Amino acid sequence: MDKDKKNNINYKSIVKGYVVKNSRKRKIVNNLITAVLFSFVIIAIIPLVSILMEVFKNGVSAFSLDFLILPPGAMGASDGGIGPAIQGTLMIIGFATLIGAPVGVLVGVYLSEYSSSSRRFAYFLRLFNDVMTGIPSVVIGIVGYITIVLTLGSFSIIAGAFVLSIIMIPIVARVSEETLKLIPNSLREAAYALGISKWKVVWNIVIKGSKSGIITGIVLAMSRIAGETAPLIMTILGTSLFFSSFNSPVDALPLRIWRLASQPYPSAHEQGWGAALLLILIILSLSIVLRMISQKRGFHLKSTI
Amino acid sequence: MNSKDNKAEIVHLIGSKSNKFITGDRLFKALVIGASIYALFMVVLVFYALSEGSLPIFFKEGINFIIGTDWNSVEGRESFGALPYIVGTLISSSIAMVIAVPISIGIAIFVNEMVPGKIGTVLSFVVELLAAVPSIIYGLWALFVFRFWIVDYIEMPLHNTFGDNLYVFARTPFGLDVFTAGIVLAIMIIPIISAVSREVIKAVPHSQKEAAYALGATRWEMVKTAILPYGKSGLLGASFLGLGRAIGETILVTMIIGNAVGLSAIPTTLFSPGQTLSSIIANEFNEASGSFQLSALIGLGLVLFIMTLFINVISIFIVSKVTKSNSNVRE
Repeated sequence: MDKDKKNNINYKSIVKGYVVKNSRKRKIVNNLITAVLFSFVIIAIIPLVSILMEVFKNGVSAFSLDFLILPPGAMGASDGGIGPAIQGTLMIIGFATLIGAPVGVLVGVYLSEYSSSSRRFAYFLRLFNDVMTGIPSVVIGIVGYITIVLTLGSFSIIAGAFVLSIIMIPIVARVSEETLKLIPNSLREAAYALGISKWKVVWNIVIKGSKSGIITGIVLAMSRIAGETAPLIMTILGTSLFFSSFNSPVDALPLRIWRLASQPYPSAHEQGWGAALLLILIILSLSIVLRMISQKRGFHLKSTI
Repeated sequence: MNSKDNKAEIVHLIGSKSNKFITGDRLFKALVIGASIYALFMVVLVFYALSEGSLPIFFKEGINFIIGTDWNSVEGRESFGALPYIVGTLISSSIAMVIAVPISIGIAIFVNEMVPGKIGTVLSFVVELLAAVPSIIYGLWALFVFRFWIVDYIEMPLHNTFGDNLYVFARTPFGLDVFTAGIVLAIMIIPIISAVSREVIKAVPHSQKEAAYALGATRWEMVKTAILPYGKSGLLGASFLGLGRAIGETILVTMIIGNAVGLSAIPTTLFSPGQTLSSIIANEFNEASGSFQLSALIGLGLVLFIMTLFINVISIFIVSKVTKSNSNVRE
């Protein structure tokens, strides 16, 4: 009896001590891990800050009017600019969007509005779209080389725009599908009840109603392809001349940065930083446009639903 | 007679009107389906072009193309093997995964669960801005700035401390090697993995988290007992997505991996230069001489395509399964 009581007390105190000691330990572990996770965030942000700082610091000194409009000078010379690269990049993005945006939007329309009639086709379309997003861009560049460059017999802006449009389609399709699905079914049904035909409902109510969402997808895809380098190596090749015809090589900013960085001259590196600054500014302004549209879209959605 | 005429006219009107209806509908539907077929056709085109372009090298080398280590484009003595580049790809992306996966999942947990919502949104926005930076700019920064940090603060200390005993650190670091490539790849895929991980963590039902808290769990214990077990497969899918990106990344790797060729491209230490499938394609595609070298490079593209296809399909299925089961729970 006595022994039992003693035992009991001992046990209790042990439990108490254990809990107190352990709860302090648990708190310390919790705080320690919170600190470690916070340091992870810092680790991820440091490169971003460093990249932006270096690009601005090194790029600004290269900027001048000549730099923006002149073709590249002789190897190693500090004169000359990146005019052809700017022109080429803008043209390629434009042409790629001309192919990629309508196809992407129509695929999105199919997946959102027409897919109920054949689910298997829609399933494969979605799966292939997801797969397409994951294919390395360098592989798509090879495909552009085999199908367009070899067929036409020369590197050209057509091949460059074609490969970038392949990269664009799944992105635009995905975002379009998501936004089209946000249009409430009641609106579609109201339109059908008035006897309006399907394509007019889709065009006037579904597509026009989610205009800003669709534009968001297109701008997102444009900012993605603006920085693509690898597929351009085997499709547009790069040149130091301005655009002259549809069957000769053209230049682009990312490609020009690559070529400048691999030259051994400091002046070339400075120009490379300058071109990088310009590329970042282009992509940054695209994402500002994106923010503005998506904010507008938020208000728009509230008013419709 | 008159009324009959009217009737005929009305019938005619309705008929023509509905015909117009149907033509418009059919045209639009054809347009939409046409676009979808075009999109599907692109996938077929990728597969067809790669297979057709790499046929000559597979006929010439057979299985040696996959397991061989030679890379010789001299006319008459041509011999091409992909093994060094497959190994280089696997090593650089493994290094990237080892660094990026814990950090990205940690960021996702911190941003979603450890700080108030507003601060978390801002932090995650900043981290995801990294995803908007094009890889060529990562490459430029890594080549001229970050490489020297890695040599001075990570590689040299490792080399000085362990170099004599551990072979992987034995080589004098120079900055252009598989280790540097792995680290920069990790920085590049962190925003991708952490963005998907955030979605996965957001999908963990509140009841699970609240149950853990009700039992007296600290924040970390809640994460350990509720979020991690529940989101396990989703986080795996997110990591696979990042792996796919790391394997396919080209221009950044080309700038910093050192671009070795042939047998010497199999890295023997962490600080040896290497070469990945994508980087050798970018390096040699425009200088390819003779049809075999070009075909060999296209063959490397096919190998790369199959690797990423495999990884992506796995990650798509894992992620879709997770989102499906989570929506079931919510119901």
